[in-house]
Amino acid sequence: MNNGIPKWVDVVLIPLLSLILAFMVSGLVVLSIGKDPIQAIKLMVYGAFRLNDGIGPTLYYTTSFIFTGLAVAVAFHAKLFNIGGEGQAAIAGVGVTLIMLAFDWPHWTIALFVGVIAAAAFGAAWAAIPAYLQVKRGSHIVITTIMFNLIAGSVIAYLLVGPLQASGSLPESSRFPSAASLPTLHDILAVVGINFDRFSDANITFFIALLAAFFVWLLIWKSRLGYEIRVFGNSDKAAVYAGISPVKITMIVMLISGALAGLMAVNTVQGQAERLVLGAVEGAGFIGIAVALMGRNHPVGIVLAAFLFGALTQGGVELQFEMQIPSQMVIVIQALIIMFTGSLENLVRMPVERLFSRFKKGAV
Amino acid sequence: MDFSTILQILDSAVRFSTPLLIACLAGLWSERAGIFDIGLEGKMLMGAFAAGAFSALATLPVYDGGWGWETGGMWVGMVAAIVASVLLALIHGFASITLRGNQLISGVAINFFAAGITVLIGASWFRQGGDTPQLPTGGRFRPIELPFSETFANVPIFGPIYQNLISGHNLIIYFGFFAVLATYWILFRTRYGLRLRAVGENPGAVDTAGISVIKLRYSAIIITGILCGIAGAYLSLGTSAPGFGRDMTAGRGFIALAALIFAKWKPVPAMWACLLFGLLEAIATKYQSIDLGFMILPGQFMQALPYIMTVVILAGFVGKAIPPKAGGEPYVKER
Amino acid sequence: MTLTENPGQPNAAAPTPPAIELMGISKAFGPVQANKDITMTVAKGAIHGIVGENGAGKSTLMSILYGFYKADSGHVKINGIDTEITDSHAAIAAGIGMVHQHFMLVDTFTVLENVILGAEDGPMLKPSLAKARQELKRLAEEYELDVDPDAIVGEISVGFQQRVEILKALYRQAEILILDEPTGVLTPAEADHLFRILKNLKEQGKTIVLITHKLREIMDVTDTVSVMRRGEMTATIETATTSPSKLAEAMVGRSVIMEVEKSPATVGETVMEIKNLVVKDGQGVERLKNISFSLKRGEVLGIAGVAGNGQTELLEVLGGIRPATSGEVIMKGESIDLTTKADAQERRHRGIGHVPEDRHARGLVMPFQTWENTAFGYHNEPEFSKKFGMANQKAMFEDAQGKMERFDIRPPLPKLVASSFSGGNQQKIVLAREIERNPDVLLIGQPTRGVDIGAIEFIHQQIVKLRDAGKAILLISVELDEIQALSDRILVMFDGIIQGERLPENTDKNELGLLMAGVDPETDT
Repeated sequence: MNNGIPKWVDVVLIPLLSLILAFMVSGLVVLSIGKDPIQAIKLMVYGAFRLNDGIGPTLYYTTSFIFTGLAVAVAFHAKLFNIGGEGQAAIAGVGVTLIMLAFDWPHWTIALFVGVIAAAAFGAAWAAIPAYLQVKRGSHIVITTIMFNLIAGSVIAYLLVGPLQASGSLPESSRFPSAASLPTLHDILAVVGINFDRFSDANITFFIALLAAFFVWLLIWKSRLGYEIRVFGNSDKAAVYAGISPVKITMIVMLISGALAGLMAVNTVQGQAERLVLGAVEGAGFIGIAVALMGRNHPVGIVLAAFLFGALTQGGVELQFEMQIPSQMVIVIQALIIMFTGSLENLVRMPVERLFSRFKKGAV
Repeated sequence: MDFSTILQILDSAVRFSTPLLIACLAGLWSERAGIFDIGLEGKMLMGAFAAGAFSALATLPVYDGGWGWETGGMWVGMVAAIVASVLLALIHGFASITLRGNQLISGVAINFFAAGITVLIGASWFRQGGDTPQLPTGGRFRPIELPFSETFANVPIFGPIYQNLISGHNLIIYFGFFAVLATYWILFRTRYGLRLRAVGENPGAVDTAGISVIKLRYSAIIITGILCGIAGAYLSLGTSAPGFGRDMTAGRGFIALAALIFAKWKPVPAMWACLLFGLLEAIATKYQSIDLGFMILPGQFMQALPYIMTVVILAGFVGKAIPPKAGGEPYVKER
Repeated sequence: MTLTENPGQPNAAAPTPPAIELMGISKAFGPVQANKDITMTVAKGAIHGIVGENGAGKSTLMSILYGFYKADSGHVKINGIDTEITDSHAAIAAGIGMVHQHFMLVDTFTVLENVILGAEDGPMLKPSLAKARQELKRLAEEYELDVDPDAIVGEISVGFQQRVEILKALYRQAEILILDEPTGVLTPAEADHLFRILKNLKEQGKTIVLITHKLREIMDVTDTVSVMRRGEMTATIETATTSPSKLAEAMVGRSVIMEVEKSPATVGETVMEIKNLVVKDGQGVERLKNISFSLKRGEVLGIAGVAGNGQTELLEVLGGIRPATSGEVIMKGESIDLTTKADAQERRHRGIGHVPEDRHARGLVMPFQTWENTAFGYHNEPEFSKKFGMANQKAMFEDAQGKMERFDIRPPLPKLVASSFSGGNQQKIVLAREIERNPDVLLIGQPTRGVDIGAIEFIHQQIVKLRDAGKAILLISVELDEIQALSDRILVMFDGIIQGERLPENTDKNELGLLMAGVDPETDT
């Protein structure tokens, strides 16, 4: 129910105001450590969008955040809170690594295809257990997915000092065969004559992310399964009445959500590091929550929000370089965005709604 | 394994379990009042940072910009930890009680915020990449020798247990066990406790009885903040760590949450759960891996065990964990 | 604090001021005016009824009196003294107690703990509990209010829970007791017991306000009655001088004809047969205890009963929402799968339509637009499907347009969300969806609950029309009038069994009421 406010207010104005608030508070944080927030913002924008070496990394981060944002959003449509993107993406990295190291890949296209399947399958599998426990045993999915994030951390820590560790002392796996290496945006855009940042990590997975966003749009708003997901998300009682099985929907939604989160590993593990390292996910699973919130659970919004967060992440690097502000500043900004667009949303929404209802009354 | 090894492991189990226990009780207060709190980790981290930073500030020499205190610096740190943690708790309260926002998202945001801001401020103040400087003795909580520990030293079995396991811990450890009793007593023996438990089960019943739901919940949230602050202060001021280190909590807030579920939201079982999880950590720290004869358990398995056990409990395979009924739902008077 | 002694009236001979005086109370929720300039007086020591349809504003008015909502304007006098009731605390202090429709109890607490909550004597529980134990004993003897003080509230029956609510009020020394729809969840025997308690309380000088929409209760126990309609107080009458039909008229604003024009039924072959149906709920309690009956083409089979006697479970099992524990249902000669394997879509394929009891939670998805709601449950049918699992949204939209026209759903905008429609139009959306599938059996629960009068007639006509088309209708309603007006055959359910079967022309309200109370009128047991 939209409480009588126009749709653009709900979808654009409120998130925008929340975002501005978050940035204002972030500015105060910058001030409090004795730096100039205006200069910081300029630097971040410059750092994130600079053509030769800014936009590339931005798109690389954007790719990961699109996946995790979609993962959270799909679950949200079924009123499920998948806080486990972090763990699902991490385990998906294991899946990608196992398959990449298992064969000598003849060509990157095959490697990409198989990598996508492996990442999705491992991500989905890691989401499946909490989903199953929710539907069959009534365990709260938020708590189980949190636990599974932490268990995933231990699993990877074990694998990287044990079975998967390459020779050497670093906790990381062997490098994938070079034929499996994915084309970067530089390689792809060179085909059409654009000279894109040669050193950026942005790779072909970016297009897969856009494809995934389109797929989610089709799924949620155009397909019968999506219809059932939305019915269940709005009222589980109504779903049962219409012959929609909550068990089935919860399982399917969590599998899709886990698979989407898992796809992030294609971008990071296969596309960038080309081996499994510790902490490959780096909070992207949690940032997915912010992305979904900002993007109002709609693929278009998510792509835009992911781009914003990608730019923030890349801009943060610049802060450290030029202003000696630790890159954790970005985490603070992200936290504030999650706060103001999520839990503190009513801080903006309530006054705006009141304003609009008064405006309406005045008009009548 | 001989007696002294066992004692040694148990002793470190007590030390490891203390921050878990205090954070777990913190979560208990909040969740019993109907506010989910997955932000224990963040509040603890904030507390640990504030404690380390302010204890350092108090004890650093004057020429380094400190106050040059010889002793008592840890109390400055403790107060700072509590204030910092309570501030975060109030943000959580404002979001979930006043604004009726999503409590889970608020918790995630607070964890994130703490992870970032502690390093940001720490690096800006001390320029050690987010860590705080090494604290002198006057800036930390020292072990307390209980009376008669020398007297009992020669009594077999009891003597070493008393001397090593019961005596010789710092104040915060004793506080943790005291907090269990206090929590139990307040929740189940006092009017305030009755009302607090009621507000976590059915806030409507509390409201119609003429008691303010909002005040009750805020009071619980503040207690949560205080306890999280103390738990955090323990990490930087009460362990062998030189001071605060970035990401110092390392998931302890989540283990505390796990222990809370494991204990089914009850104070005394919470103590046992935390002791158990502390024991697992102690074993994992002492032994890289454990040879069971037929298989070898890696250390990481011991780390993950609390989480795995919690999932098993949540799944209801070993007794069902039923959270307070009104948990996670903001209170709105029905139309 | 007690208000029996009134400092303003030291002279015993002076007339006692009324217990409650409401003057010019108004309250709006957004655009909805829930209470409009309401003035009402309740005499001390009286049982005062407030009747009105659902949504007439009764509960809002009482919530204002209890300090749960703040009135936009108007003021309140208690025992002749101007009293500002800002919150429940102030209401309790003024001697007002309220038994809410949905009980305000903590399920995990004992009776004793619930009673003292908010009325403790000091910071420690022990003395409060001991005192309450004594007091409860006294109250139990005085008013027939026996409850085990150490029982866990979540484990006792609804009737007992209600007693705990009354005890809570009395423990706080309430002189004025408000009860909001107290019998909705009670068996007739429990309701009788409640009324005895109320009369007892009245004899002790307590003032009671009884909110209900059941006219019979008003006639039975009240001294005076106020009627509310659409937020306004339309009349306050002495109960002895009025009749149920007069009250009903005042409630709805015009004479209600609870009669439906219909020709005698042309009953055909049996279409559905229910044999030895047993249903246990999650706690293992038997909700349906071995029920058997059959349903024939061309008849409306009405099931009467107090809510909670197994009707809901029966509807849910037949509709594919809930599995049965044992028993058999035969539909058009074929046995239906009653396990969890079958679902509501499977039932629809067999020709069973279902208008659920709770249209808000089940029948509609409130934030969905109408065109999405009219396909609901049939969204996998071929005409709404496209390749690759996609939905044919164009077909859904056009179908909705047609339905809205044929069922006169207003406003006829398929893009409007369900929550924007009135109760009657919402019900028509559900009905249009279920009836137009031409089911052989239509299950229909509480078809006119929360529906305006105009829509009620339309809905009743549709039901009769479907019957005349040779379909079988299983009608479940707690409104006896509706059952009598629509049914060709009546079954009465009590405590999970079928207590009796009657033909509407051979029975009356009295007999049905006895059956609903679990009494066999012939043997009177």
